[in-house]
Amino acid sequence: MSTDFRINGRSVSVGEETDTPLLWVIRDDVGLKGTKFGCGIGMCGACTVHVGGRPTRSCITPLSAVAGAEITTIEGLHPEGNHPVQQAWRDLQVPQCGYCQSGQIMQAVTLLADFPSPTDAEIDAVMSGNLCRCMTYSRIRAAIKAAAALSAGKVSHE
Amino acid sequence: MSNSASLSSRWIARVNGGTVRRWALLAAAAGVIGLVGFAAFAWRPALPEVATPASSSFNPDVVARGAMLASIGYCSTCHSIPGGLPYGGGYAMKSPFGTLYSTNISPDRETGIGTWSKEAFRRAMHEGVARDGSHLFPGFPYDHFTKISDDDVDAIYAFMMTQPAVHAPAHPNELIFPLGIRALQAGWKLLFFRPGRFEPSPDHDALWNRGAYIAEAFSHCSACHTPRNPLGAEWGGASRYTGASVDGWFAPPLTAANPSPAPWTSDELHAYLFNGLSRFHGTPSGPMSPAAHSLAALSASDQDALVRYVASLRGGEADPQVAATAINRALQIDATSAGHQTERDVRLYVAACASCHYNGSAVINPNRPDLALNSAVHLADPANLIRVILFGIDTPEGAGGLVMPAFGSGLSDADVARIAAYLRRTRTNQPPWPDLETTVGKIRAQGKGVG
Repeated sequence: MSTDFRINGRSVSVGEETDTPLLWVIRDDVGLKGTKFGCGIGMCGACTVHVGGRPTRSCITPLSAVAGAEITTIEGLHPEGNHPVQQAWRDLQVPQCGYCQSGQIMQAVTLLADFPSPTDAEIDAVMSGNLCRCMTYSRIRAAIKAAAALSAGKVSHE
Repeated sequence: MSNSASLSSRWIARVNGGTVRRWALLAAAAGVIGLVGFAAFAWRPALPEVATPASSSFNPDVVARGAMLASIGYCSTCHSIPGGLPYGGGYAMKSPFGTLYSTNISPDRETGIGTWSKEAFRRAMHEGVARDGSHLFPGFPYDHFTKISDDDVDAIYAFMMTQPAVHAPAHPNELIFPLGIRALQAGWKLLFFRPGRFEPSPDHDALWNRGAYIAEAFSHCSACHTPRNPLGAEWGGASRYTGASVDGWFAPPLTAANPSPAPWTSDELHAYLFNGLSRFHGTPSGPMSPAAHSLAALSASDQDALVRYVASLRGGEADPQVAATAINRALQIDATSAGHQTERDVRLYVAACASCHYNGSAVINPNRPDLALNSAVHLADPANLIRVILFGIDTPEGAGGLVMPAFGSGLSDADVARIAAYLRRTRTNQPPWPDLETTVGKIRAQGKGVG
């Protein structure tokens, strides 16, 4: 039995067992490696993708859960990687080792959809489930504010 | 001859010889008479097999109406299995009396209802008797379908007979002896079943009565939302719609006893039932999910009618101020349990839940329920909350396109219990749930699909 969904605007049909984690499907079947495996129990945020525009931990989301869903990964935010959040991330040189950053960026994009000009408290509220072992938190916070300023003048892709 | 006469006289002498034996004989005779009498009472004639009516013999408008009515009566929900063909039967219904399997109601002549006349179909719907005269089990909600008008039953018949025939033999039922004896169902009917068509209430207007007809005759809402007596019949009177356990979930009360802090208004009922999402109450999940999907077949005016009736069960519209107060409280709690936290339980909540279950600026975000408002956290039974944490909510099940991940693979029973206890403690004024960790373990063992 295959499961159909859309990822980054294209339709895919995956024949894996329906309890296969979405993260494995994204990396091994669809072949998009930008989404990372962190803790595997939905507690660190490294595997965050968007399902229906909402931040979703793909490591604990079974394939069966996304039948018919619209999924966006880090690769689908912008064709050239120029989503305002990605631009701000580059401008401020946010990543250190970089492993958690695609999850951070995906979470930050949905944060800005709900809080177009977020306060520190709002950033902390939404981003606290995304861990960074290099402690780049202060740069993440600054980059989110920079992205908010960048987005103020243009239409976001999300 | 003389030998046999002496034998019988000896037999009579022996029987006459003991009072106990005489009473035993009388009791046996009464038993036989009772059995014969019950058999006569329980007996229903087989109705003749007929040629399967051709699809072209039905008026397409009637078939279309039948399709809508079959949808809101959830025929395909119970008479199909995942991966199987529609109406082929085989759906397992677990109960304290054993497991009942739904039958094939496609027009297949051998394994379905292809030989059934319109009269036989009406008798099944109105009296719970199959074409061959055997009593149907009340897992088939004929106690509700008996309220459907002849005309509407005929429309459902027209729809069923125009569906593709599916060859699928019935799965044998697994009921506790002697409950599998169909004739005994006549006794259940005598006790609990009152056949008869829906009677509009003169105390209410046409819209309310239409809603009552939809809810009571077709959608059998009370079959899940009303507790049942030890013999499996719905309790009446004040117990109606006070909530009940079903398939491992708890169907919440639809009366004023519903514990949601933001009371259900007509607007929220409409959003929940027909758009798949209420901003304050979340999304239909578990057994309610196919119910809500099927109700989408209702016309706009029928949707209004159903909402009117269901809203009336709680005794009138709630004071909007009650909801406003509850929402403000929810937003405050949310704001104080976010960001950097030091307490263990809050940290677990922040890591696992808060990155999605956060609210926007001063409003409740509609696309994931606020846990201070959601009924799952407020109900006396923690099953709904635990099930959703363990098994998540799939896209096809809940609000279009959205997912709740399944934390069962990552969190231990103790962790799930901690999150549930934390939410109960901080989001409600209700007493703590007892033995949470044990309950989580039991529900995990049941699995997602099986209640």
